[in-house]
Amino acid sequence: MSGRVLVGVKRVIDYAVKIRVKPDNTGVVTDGVKHSMNPFCEIAVEEAVKLKEKKLIKEVVAVSCGPQQSQETIRTALAMGADRGIHVDVSGKDYENLGPLQVSKILAALAKQEDAQLILLGKQAIDDDCNQTGQMTAALLDWPQGTFASEVSLEGDKINLVREIDGGLEHIKINTPAVITADLRLNTPRYATLPNIMDSLMNNETELHKPNHRTSLCVGLIPLFETVAPEDMQGGTDRSGAMLRHTVLQSGKPKRIILSCLCI
Amino acid sequence: MKPVFVMALRRAVCRLLVNPHRCALITASRAQGTAAPITHDAEKSEQKPRAPKVQFDWRDALDLEGQLTEEEIMIRDSFRTYCQEKLMPRILMANRNEVFHREIVSEMGEMGVLGPTIKGYGCAGTSYVAYGLIAREVERVDSGYRSAMSVQSSLVMHPINAYGTEEQKQKYLPKLARGEILGCFGLTEPNHGSDPGGMETRAKYNPSSRTYTLTGSKTWITNSPVADIAVVWAKCDDGKVRGFILERGMKGLSTPKIEGKFSLRASATGMILMDEVEVPEENLLPKASGLGGPFGCLNNARYGIAWGALGAAEFCFHAARQYTLDRIQFGVPLARNQLMQKKMADMLTEIAIGLQSCLQLGRLIDEKKASPEMISMLKRNSCGKALDIARQARDMLGGNGIADEYHIIRHVMNLEAVNTYEGTHDIHALILGRAITGLQSFTVGK
Repeated sequence: MSGRVLVGVKRVIDYAVKIRVKPDNTGVVTDGVKHSMNPFCEIAVEEAVKLKEKKLIKEVVAVSCGPQQSQETIRTALAMGADRGIHVDVSGKDYENLGPLQVSKILAALAKQEDAQLILLGKQAIDDDCNQTGQMTAALLDWPQGTFASEVSLEGDKINLVREIDGGLEHIKINTPAVITADLRLNTPRYATLPNIMDSLMNNETELHKPNHRTSLCVGLIPLFETVAPEDMQGGTDRSGAMLRHTVLQSGKPKRIILSCLCI
Repeated sequence: MKPVFVMALRRAVCRLLVNPHRCALITASRAQGTAAPITHDAEKSEQKPRAPKVQFDWRDALDLEGQLTEEEIMIRDSFRTYCQEKLMPRILMANRNEVFHREIVSEMGEMGVLGPTIKGYGCAGTSYVAYGLIAREVERVDSGYRSAMSVQSSLVMHPINAYGTEEQKQKYLPKLARGEILGCFGLTEPNHGSDPGGMETRAKYNPSSRTYTLTGSKTWITNSPVADIAVVWAKCDDGKVRGFILERGMKGLSTPKIEGKFSLRASATGMILMDEVEVPEENLLPKASGLGGPFGCLNNARYGIAWGALGAAEFCFHAARQYTLDRIQFGVPLARNQLMQKKMADMLTEIAIGLQSCLQLGRLIDEKKASPEMISMLKRNSCGKALDIARQARDMLGGNGIADEYHIIRHVMNLEAVNTYEGTHDIHALILGRAITGLQSFTVGK
């Protein structure tokens, strides 16, 4: 067991930024807009660093796929406590077509190359909300997956996981190596301290990888028609009380009513 | 063949585009950018590349962001998140009930922001610009919190680092950096504020016991009621002012709290009363004699205040802007009125210009090319302008402006003290006047 954990970190538009659609409707404005690490990726990094602090794993490697600027995201991960970074250089048209399938192929290849014991990812990215990369990576590697994790504990060579699912909480036990995706309540990410930030910038431990033909990116399989801003909300009417009264008065028996309560 | 829903979307888009007000929403916007635009392939090389239209950003009018290094941006972002998430929720009640949360010093110590410019001893060793950015983020929340941080970093850690022995540095600096112990700086006296040279606190040397006996009183000392150590300045037998490290528990030392303060309420302020306190000679700071010692520390703190006051001003400006956009009177938002816009234009201008001057000063200090008068000039400018901005903002909020829930009145109260301490507005004017004319006007004599 190498004791190595790969953590995927994605550079996305900062959650606090107001998103604007491009005038030609081909996407959203990203030039000059503040970007930062995907919040769920932060939670994944925090979990990995915590495992290292508990001495359950030996090394945390932060991986990001994207253009030159992705190195900033890797540096943030280093400032939080990751040991080294891998930047998979994807730019231009390839970057526009980069989606969960491509990223999961890259992660699968890296996991084999780095002999990783665990892959930790955020459950989804806040820009595309795909929620696919973790699952696809596990499938490509034929590894077990623990998604929407709100609690993780290592027990020997197995992992106890609590998952947040629609019905409540699910407790599972999976073998390693495995893929885990972090949900909101897994932990509270630490603030990067000054000394760590400065160390991360002096740290030249970020390798640059160019995807080769084996981890080749297929041409974008999902054609994008257009991107449009949502319509402004219109005022609504409160139908609940009036509708119910009206229906009961009309006939003796109350009908099945679908109440629409729009109170704006 | 386009599906039906796409046609519906197209109609929606046309409605959005036709309405002129909506166009403003869709144009490219330059918010705080951290990255250069991603370069595209040579597909569009036929078209001559036009420079993208620069969008004005009222949050950062002169693109301070583009002048910072990546390290400074990361430090600022990380610390801003801490301040907004951990300090902002505490401040309302802390100010209302006059409570000093000692824990924040330890939290800041964990983040590594105490004594950030010191190299070694558990300190980060970062640039002075980063220190300024840190001060700006804390003071955006409250000037009292920033005072506690400034005292620890510039007025306690700095003198020990600059004027102390190696033993003193090893003994105190790491603990101060972690926020394990809290320090305070004793220079001002009840009868000597602007003229520290006339101080009455005396330190008598006793050769037999190799100690100094300190007697006197200091007042308006930030942190003193809860401080573990105090860097006190006293006149020795030879008439020269020297610095001493006093520790809580020394006999004759007491630190009563000053009650009835209406400024910097979230920070603990008190006196240092010394009644023949025996201080071992190892606690003397050997490398400072004369007023140059305390003034070196004050300049360090004043630089942080120059940045910090603008943080408070920025908060007031942003808060007033949001309030006047939300508040509807006579059927329109208050921000529609010319008087409001003029006030905001003035605020925007002063803040943008102030920040540029602070950045330049920080760069000069980092290159060791700064003089004290530069710091005096900017401390005076930032504090005076910030106080004015806060007062204007308070006025713009009308009646709500006096409620602490809107926070602006707290900044107004705090900035009264910030404008006064570390050299009053007028005293810095005299410092600059002397530099301009060569004639001192502090005293009536020649």
